Amino acid sequence: MLTLTHYLVLAAALFSISVLGIFLNRKNVIVLLMAIELMLLAVNFNFIAFSHYLSDTAGQIFVFFILTVAAAESAIGLAILVVLFRNQRSINVEDLGSLKG
Amino acid sequence: MNWADLNLMPALPELFLLGALSFILVFDLFVPDEKRGVTYVLSLLTVALCAVLQVATFEPFAVTTFSGMFVDDPVADIIKVAMYGATAATLVYSRQYVADNGMFRGEYFTLSLFALLGMNVMVSSANFVTLYIGLELLSLALYALIALKRDSAAGTEAAMKYFVLGALASGMLLYGMSMVYGATGSLDIHVIATGISRPETNIVLLVFGLVFLVAGLAFKLGAVPFHMWVPDVYQGAPLAVTLMLGAAPKLAAFVFVIRILAQGLGELAAQWQGMLVLIAALSMLIGNLAAVAQTNIRRMLAYSTISHMGFLLLGVLAGNEQGYASAMFYALTYVLMSLAAFGVLLALSRAGFECDKVDDLKGLNARSSWYAFLMLLVMFSMAGIPPLAGFYAKFAVLRAVVDLPVLDFGFFAGSPVYLAVFAVLMSLVGAFYYLRVVKVMYFDGSQTDAPIVVRGDMKLLLSVNALALLVIGLLPERLVELCIDAMRQSLASF
Repeated sequence: MLTLTHYLVLAAALFSISVLGIFLNRKNVIVLLMAIELMLLAVNFNFIAFSHYLSDTAGQIFVFFILTVAAAESAIGLAILVVLFRNQRSINVEDLGSLKG
Repeated sequence: MNWADLNLMPALPELFLLGALSFILVFDLFVPDEKRGVTYVLSLLTVALCAVLQVATFEPFAVTTFSGMFVDDPVADIIKVAMYGATAATLVYSRQYVADNGMFRGEYFTLSLFALLGMNVMVSSANFVTLYIGLELLSLALYALIALKRDSAAGTEAAMKYFVLGALASGMLLYGMSMVYGATGSLDIHVIATGISRPETNIVLLVFGLVFLVAGLAFKLGAVPFHMWVPDVYQGAPLAVTLMLGAAPKLAAFVFVIRILAQGLGELAAQWQGMLVLIAALSMLIGNLAAVAQTNIRRMLAYSTISHMGFLLLGVLAGNEQGYASAMFYALTYVLMSLAAFGVLLALSRAGFECDKVDDLKGLNARSSWYAFLMLLVMFSMAGIPPLAGFYAKFAVLRAVVDLPVLDFGFFAGSPVYLAVFAVLMSLVGAFYYLRVVKVMYFDGSQTDAPIVVRGDMKLLLSVNALALLVIGLLPERLVELCIDAMRQSLASF
């Protein structure tokens, strides 16, 4: 029998993977965008699990908003990525180091 | 819900802004490039009308609409009027700069207004859903604005960094919200506030969520240890966007913190106070020490922002009306200072030259004693030297902290006076780099004799802006009372 705890642990695992992905990834900016998506999906998991457990639909409605915003966010992220590539000819995370002081 | 009962009056300024914004978005498509000034005037007009509507619909108590998702209380009113002022000032100050840098296009104005709408929604939210939507509307507009100068490598890099870290912060915030939702069973801040004290509420889950919420909020404010993006973004973004980023969003972030921590999770104050002590102390320490080492004035101002956010959080962590009101006063004066500082930098920039280095201010007094004087006012105010507004703001926050009973957070136990003494010592470190700017302006020889050409309206507004620091510093009572009354009314509805 799957309980609320199972879902919360799964969501926490997904969330941790995405945070680690953002901090450990030194190669590719696209992986960062994927990690961000994964993070939002982990949160959605949490909301749906709680929503079902509490028999309250508000959580599921919030998920729709998060999904919509996530779509807009990745659109902007990819747009910035394209501009970045045109300027730098690279999407390597390690090349993002010109701003220092 | 019953549509006949829907009262849209509290949200009238936002609805007007949305309508006008959509109109400008479409209208601008039909405006030829040489007449772009029309879009500029329309945007300013929109902001001005919003301010008029805001004042006209002012109520001295909290009114909610949209099933309690949207709240219009005195704090929201005051902060929104200040944000309209900040946005209008940003548009006026950046007029010449965006024209010189090929950004004088419709996108600049519509994105600025979208950011303003996002901030308005953030400030007036009483529900996690609207808080999140407002925050994202602001953030998405800012990501795009930073990357608006498409051929600038620094701008796009700054945009990418801000985007990734901003999204991470939103993720953390959402994760925290989901935990609070799970523990209290509601997304409504009023229900959460009452739900905490119920015996069946899982406090462990709630505190776990609180940690993520505080981390997300610290990210958005740019407080240590989540400050990495601030210097890079301030340096890399086009100067006009840095100005926008450093002004109104700080006000919105402040109210965001108040809504979540003070109004929603006020019962957990003992838990979040400990985290805020750490964040505030580290922000003041690292912000001030790192700013000393900067040669780029934008990075210097970025680190100074971090230290100012530490000071602001000091007011919030007091956890009482006096503390919140002092933090609100601090946020308002900080925005005035930030606007004037970047306004002077914009005035000194011209086509093909950005005022970037501290050395670019060398001998400013010889070139234009008026701008040197305005910058001097701003720097003295940021350093907290009386009789300027910055002094009174710091004083009010410190008084709220000193009035607290003995603190005990495990890692820090003792009189709050230690915290206040630490804050004062850090301000002393801060005075060093602010006064260095003054020294460079007045005692160093000028490297250039390029004339400073500034539009008349900008010169007037910039002067009023900087002199307001002096006026508020001399006569703070009116604004302080306004902040205290507003904060009392807003907290009373909880």
